Amino acid sequence: MKIGVPGENYAGERRVATTPEVASQLMKLGYGVVVQSGAGAEANFSDDAYRSVGCEIAASAKEIYASSDIVMKVRAPEGAELGLLRSGQTLICFLWPAQNPGLLKTLTDKGVTALSMDSVPRISRAQKMDALSSMANIAGYRAVVEAAQHFGRFFTGQITAAGKIPPAKVMVIGAGVAGLAAIGAAKSMGAIVRAFDTRPEVKEQVESMDAEFLMLDFKDEDGSGEGGYAKVMSKEFIDAEMALFAEQAKDVDIIITTALIPGKPAPRLITAEMVESMKDGSVVVDLAAEQGGNCELTEPGRVAVKHGVTLIGYTDLPSRLSAQSSQLYGTNLRHLLTDMTPEKNGELVLNMEDEVIRGATVCTGGKTTWPPPAPKLSAAPKAAKPAAAPVAKPEEKKSAAGPVVAMAVGALALFGLGAVAPPSFMAHFTVFVLACFVGYMVIWNVTPALHTPLMSVTNAISSIIVIGALLQVSSANSLIMWIAGFTVLITSINIAGGFAVTRRMLDMFRK
Amino acid sequence: MNSAGIVTVSYIAATILFILALGGLSNQETARRGNWYGITGMGIALVATILGVVSRNYTVLLVALLIGGSIGLVLARRVQMTQMPELVAILHSLVGLAAVLVGFANFMDHSTALVGVEKTIHDIETYLGVLIGAVTFSGSVIAFGKLSGRIGGKPMLLPARHWLNLGLLLGAIWFGREFVLQSAAGGGMTPLVVMTVIALLFGIHMVMAIGGADMPVVVSMLNSYSGWAASATGFMLSNDLLIVTGALVGSSGAILSYIMCRAMNRKFIAVIAGGFGTGGGTTASGAAVEGEIVPIQAEETAELLANAKEVMIVPGYGMAVAQAQHTVYEITKTLREKGVNVRFGIHPVAGRMPGHMNVLLAEAKVPYDIVFEMDEINEDFPDIDVSVVIGANDIVNPSAQEEPNSPIAGMPVLEVWKGRTTIVLKRSMATGYAGVENPLFYKENTRMLFGDAKDSLDAVLKAL
Repeated sequence: MKIGVPGENYAGERRVATTPEVASQLMKLGYGVVVQSGAGAEANFSDDAYRSVGCEIAASAKEIYASSDIVMKVRAPEGAELGLLRSGQTLICFLWPAQNPGLLKTLTDKGVTALSMDSVPRISRAQKMDALSSMANIAGYRAVVEAAQHFGRFFTGQITAAGKIPPAKVMVIGAGVAGLAAIGAAKSMGAIVRAFDTRPEVKEQVESMDAEFLMLDFKDEDGSGEGGYAKVMSKEFIDAEMALFAEQAKDVDIIITTALIPGKPAPRLITAEMVESMKDGSVVVDLAAEQGGNCELTEPGRVAVKHGVTLIGYTDLPSRLSAQSSQLYGTNLRHLLTDMTPEKNGELVLNMEDEVIRGATVCTGGKTTWPPPAPKLSAAPKAAKPAAAPVAKPEEKKSAAGPVVAMAVGALALFGLGAVAPPSFMAHFTVFVLACFVGYMVIWNVTPALHTPLMSVTNAISSIIVIGALLQVSSANSLIMWIAGFTVLITSINIAGGFAVTRRMLDMFRK
Repeated sequence: MNSAGIVTVSYIAATILFILALGGLSNQETARRGNWYGITGMGIALVATILGVVSRNYTVLLVALLIGGSIGLVLARRVQMTQMPELVAILHSLVGLAAVLVGFANFMDHSTALVGVEKTIHDIETYLGVLIGAVTFSGSVIAFGKLSGRIGGKPMLLPARHWLNLGLLLGAIWFGREFVLQSAAGGGMTPLVVMTVIALLFGIHMVMAIGGADMPVVVSMLNSYSGWAASATGFMLSNDLLIVTGALVGSSGAILSYIMCRAMNRKFIAVIAGGFGTGGGTTASGAAVEGEIVPIQAEETAELLANAKEVMIVPGYGMAVAQAQHTVYEITKTLREKGVNVRFGIHPVAGRMPGHMNVLLAEAKVPYDIVFEMDEINEDFPDIDVSVVIGANDIVNPSAQEEPNSPIAGMPVLEVWKGRTTIVLKRSMATGYAGVENPLFYKENTRMLFGDAKDSLDAVLKAL
């Protein structure tokens, strides 16, 4: 089958749905790939780069829609583009079916099979195709870069000959993928980072990034909703939260807000008064600008300066890092297609039994299949751990009595032995015990790397038992003589073999 | 000239040289010299005994020495480094057999007349020497069979095996009493033979019940036994050189066994009693592992390795099976030339014999100063970009630390999962020897490279 990648025609969109690298991997799955001329130009992928991996280049979007079975895009097709789609074609892109019911209806009526990358369920198995997370990661990083651009000072603190520079203080609201990426980026630039989230379980994640988690002194209300997203909180909680933000706003230099609740307008968290209370030259980056903004004063899509505070309301942050986001998005698409091409023969299989594909498919064969049934498994296992408490092995208390008793018994046995044994035996016994101790002291010094040579050399040495056979070989009794002879034979195998193999091994050890 | 005095002095010299030989093994620089000390010691002891004590039958003696020596040299030259555990095991069995034979020959030789307590003690010494020798012999033969794959590696668990062992032990003691009594009366051959058979059975049964991954303990334990057998023979012959050497070897093997047991967090008795996880009452279920396996291709692996700064390679028995050590070295060399810091982390019980991995890596010319023990490098894992686990499972299983229920809980493991990415080379998703699921494979930063370790690594090398 043939995959078509038309250029994006949404104003300001720089991303492209596949990169040359991803395209070459798609071809390994058996697909042909045709890319519209100039589609990757804004993301620094030239037509030649696509050609060099074997992609076809088509002059217009029309040609692409006409020739391909699968169309991959970033944004949903609009206007005239919609008309180019035909029945039976597969479309994969961000569709936002909840926000765009009209688009969904058009696609359904056209008989298109549409997979929406934003509808991929958030389960562990689907993480590799979670394009929302990929984009959020980039947005979080870019938010910090934008903030740094508009912030008139260093992020990191320094003490220079010209005076002391305090580090910038950054507050990140919402510690999802974007929030965590922002924390990481700000932290690596040297800022003091604080983060807030309604979901208490992210505290650990925030702290693992070396940021400070702002705790709300509030009765335990858990803000975790379905699929690891946040949910709407109670009024009391919001009041307490707002008080915290008001207080922080006076202190911090940069606020990055990433608070989103699925299917709802973004919560208003930063009021006009808070912005007013911020220091002049401060920056607010509102990642929720497209959904109405977390900050009251944000103007979606542009940068505004109000009350001396720069308010950044860009809605296209991933697109501002187009090469990176195209690569990640393309890889997400590739993972999805890998799952949908079980035979690796370039034939797309729409397996509606597969939870991930079922979730992503919003319409097929003239029927709307959105919203999908609730996912079976949440990404975070919900306390489903079996209550099999560890079999409490009663730790046997090692009383001091044990060794003492053993030693006493040993001493008694030795005394008993000494009482009856003849002196000649005791002389040998003394030698034996001393030798054990010498062995004990010497062996502990042996480096573990040489344990095998140690074994082979001790093995060779233990063939000293040959002495016993040598003593017997002169016996007048011919049976004893032959037995002794045989013993000499086998022990000499051991002597020669043991030493020789040890030598061989030791010669191999080199610096 | 007092020949007995000269022999004794030679024995003292040999004893000292043996101690120096073991001491020399404490590090790689002095190890070669240590081996020469051992050879010299053995030479002195042999020459002194042959010249000073042996009075006739020189032909038999020299022919036996020559034949045996040549067989030994050929064996040592031919053996593959991956087969070292087998060779060591079969050599142990020879020491055990020798102890049995010397014991029997000594018993048949009535030229020394002892009476009373001395006679009893001498008989007990003979009996013990033969007993330990026989256990060492049959145990080592079985261990050899298991290590070389002639006998299945699975533990053979007879019903009521502990009672069987106890019965055999009691039988051995009872026949020992019989032997001493009958020997005083001039006989005693029958109980000695019966006991030898019992000891042989005991050795077979003991090693049969022990599974593949416990083999390091078994091999070092048999090493220890061969020493004690020599020591007992020394008592029997009133020969201090034998006593001392046997004791040295015996304690060396015992310490190795102890180190191996500690590395698996198991009691020595539990290993010897056989089976795995049967003692704790918890079967190998552990917690169900959640998550997904992410496979990876050789090309991607090569890319990850080439882009890393710190790489840790953790080899296991799988590397020995696949004979992949040479490819591992080639990869290491290529990466080091590119400025990647490649190191090796060795778990004490990796492989089938103490120090097995070190020998294999040494054979492949990996310099020993980049090969580290678990305790030396376990703290470094958070700084490692890519860890490569080659055919190892239980020694990198995080459930040893995280799951108090796990049969391997508490066993020290290499903490590879703390690194940025872990690549696990594995033939299939089968569990390791302990039968425990390994959550490492399901971790987010773990990638699985399926296939024979050698083929996979060859592909990685090619891609590099």
